[in-house]
Amino acid sequence: MVASICHAREVAKREPTILGREGLSALLDTLRANGYQLVGPVVRAGAIAYEAIAGLDDLPAGWSDSQEPGRYRLSRNDSPALFAYTVGPQSWKKFLPGAVTTLWQAKRQPDGGFVIAEPPTAAGNYAFIGVRPCELAAISIQDRVLQGGEYCSTAYLARRQKNFLLAVNCTRPGGTCFCHSWGTGPKASANFDLVLTELLSPPGQRFLLEIGSATGAEIAVQIPQQIASPHELAESAQLLERASHQMGRTLATAGVKELLARNIEHPHWESVAERCLGCANCTMVCPTCFCTTLSDTTNLTGDQAERVASWDSCFTLAYSYLHGGSVRSSRQARYRQWLTHKLSNWFAQFGEAGCVGCGRCITWCPVGIDLTAEVGAL
Amino acid sequence: MGKKLGPKIAVWKFASCDGCQLSLLDCEDELLSLAAVIRIAYFPEATSAELAPPYDISLVEGSITTAHDSARIQQVRESSQLLVAMGACATAGGIQALRNFSHVEEFAAKVYAHPEYLEHRSIDLAHSPPALRAAGDPLCGQDRLSGAPGILNRATAIAEHVPVDYELRGCPINKRQLLEVLNALLNGRRPEIPTHSLCLECKLQGVSCVMVSHGIPCLGPVTQAGCGALCPAYQRGCYGCFGPSESPNTAALSEALLQIGWQRADVMRAFRSFNAAAAAFRQAGEAYAR
Ligand code: SF4
Ligand code: SF4
Ligand code: SF4
Ligand code: SF4
Repeated sequence: MVASICHAREVAKREPTILGREGLSALLDTLRANGYQLVGPVVRAGAIAYEAIAGLDDLPAGWSDSQEPGRYRLSRNDSPALFAYTVGPQSWKKFLPGAVTTLWQAKRQPDGGFVIAEPPTAAGNYAFIGVRPCELAAISIQDRVLQGGEYCSTAYLARRQKNFLLAVNCTRPGGTCFCHSWGTGPKASANFDLVLTELLSPPGQRFLLEIGSATGAEIAVQIPQQIASPHELAESAQLLERASHQMGRTLATAGVKELLARNIEHPHWESVAERCLGCANCTMVCPTCFCTTLSDTTNLTGDQAERVASWDSCFTLAYSYLHGGSVRSSRQARYRQWLTHKLSNWFAQFGEAGCVGCGRCITWCPVGIDLTAEVGAL
Repeated sequence: MGKKLGPKIAVWKFASCDGCQLSLLDCEDELLSLAAVIRIAYFPEATSAELAPPYDISLVEGSITTAHDSARIQQVRESSQLLVAMGACATAGGIQALRNFSHVEEFAAKVYAHPEYLEHRSIDLAHSPPALRAAGDPLCGQDRLSGAPGILNRATAIAEHVPVDYELRGCPINKRQLLEVLNALLNGRRPEIPTHSLCLECKLQGVSCVMVSHGIPCLGPVTQAGCGALCPAYQRGCYGCFGPSESPNTAALSEALLQIGWQRADVMRAFRSFNAAAAAFRQAGEAYAR
């Protein structure tokens, strides 16, 4: 049965609808027409990266990846699928607010004094295209960390103020994914504006569209779409049910907080330290890690100074440097800090875990250290 | 009212290729503003003008490979307020430190038709700095004259001879790091020279990991950042030219390199390059030489 084209304004408020490839293209154009800058997945140097895109043609059609601890490979087939890849090394924190942020600048005045100014972070008005459910969860974790409490990042706030999240449900999880263990995927449940599920069965490629916010509804009404058939709804549900059994990894999340708290002194930390390079890749790729370091620089003549925040990691020695030396001078202390923060101490600090099960830290660890296996060994 | 004279900077060359000195001249955009705040007191590569010692900052390129140089570095130190060793040669001995694992005479015989023409001057203790004369040994520590007179058995870092205030890694150094050190010293602040792994720099720049996504062997996880992730940005593995990072686990990385297809000899050769004599790389090279 062919669903009839109906008036978009009526549809968008109600049922899930169906878009064709042109419909999705129109959705991207509409976002742009509404003042958003599109950022989405592209293939860059053998991996999926998040970059500015012009439209549908920039999306990674036919690309998918295979992932295992310490190994990632992209490959392409003739499928038209736009979202057959899973998350890559980058996350949306690349834009929220990014790896390096200038916090303030000071200028010396003729009278010898100086004036301090906070350079405004460009709002960006980003529409993120293809945000995965685990990434939505990561963004809401960072929302709590960076704008929830007493210490709020104005740069982060500026970026989140007008920030459209076009999510995509995961029908093809990767070999290091375990979002089902946290309940953060493979289906988006909150914190998005619109969400797509890509269907590839006959009669061909189409996208189930669901609305998650008033802003999402306002955009959705502007594009042509059809009401989804019961068959299409069933197919989508089936794909997501199947995906939740296809995760490459599992983490016993129940009691993990207590498990780690009980095992601060455990011989296993030493065994991890023998393998761990202390290279910090795990923290850099993690979509919830938020730590930054501050550096103060000047111009040559000393008339201008600025303070810059850049991504830092609890794996560096400088991170825990206090007067006289680094508190966590051994790799085992640093790995333990990372794992216990993610899975245990984050609860005390922010009332939830600091992990969403995206698997990045496992894939992008050059020696393939697997957090699920390390927890399993405790 | 006269303008305050900028600090006097001297640039010294020891056993090296001049590449690091050139980084200073390569600071094209900043060179004029730099020239306005410092005085170049000694820099034969750039100017024949000379100002007499003492110097506020000495930039030292190259490693110590001859008895003559081991005496000369003492004089440089004595005449300098601050001494900055720049480059893999000055901070680790450089590529010429490969001799440390072999015999200088052998190399000399292979390279020169007449190795006997190599520096023949005997060491004249009377012309060595007082501290050395007192020690009675112009060769600082365990080095002895090699078979070729005047040439030392080992090429060594500046810090093995004299106290060094700052070290700039790399073969060659990164000009932004050089400017940062000069800038910081001029403004009385601490230079921002991170000592962590190169991997952070890859990630800060959005460079995807060549090891994980292509299986290309990379020394980045045990190498100090600072180059701007130059090689990985062009999809090549890091060669380790910035030397060991602050806490390098070379054993674990070497295992991973074997797993992605390297032989033991490849691992040894990877660690035996520009920073072969830096402690962590030397040990890794030795472990895989066997
Ligand atoms: S800890 Fe690992 S799996 Fe969890 S969110 Fe961070 S990168 Fe993803
Ligand atoms: S795990 Fe480390 S880098 Fe990540 S948020 Fe915690 S302390 Fe920061
Ligand atoms: S766990 Fe892996 S990615 Fe993280 S610091 Fe250790 S070696 Fe690097
Ligand atoms: S490419 Fe090399 S330096 Fe960069 S993250 Fe990978 S292992 Fe580290």
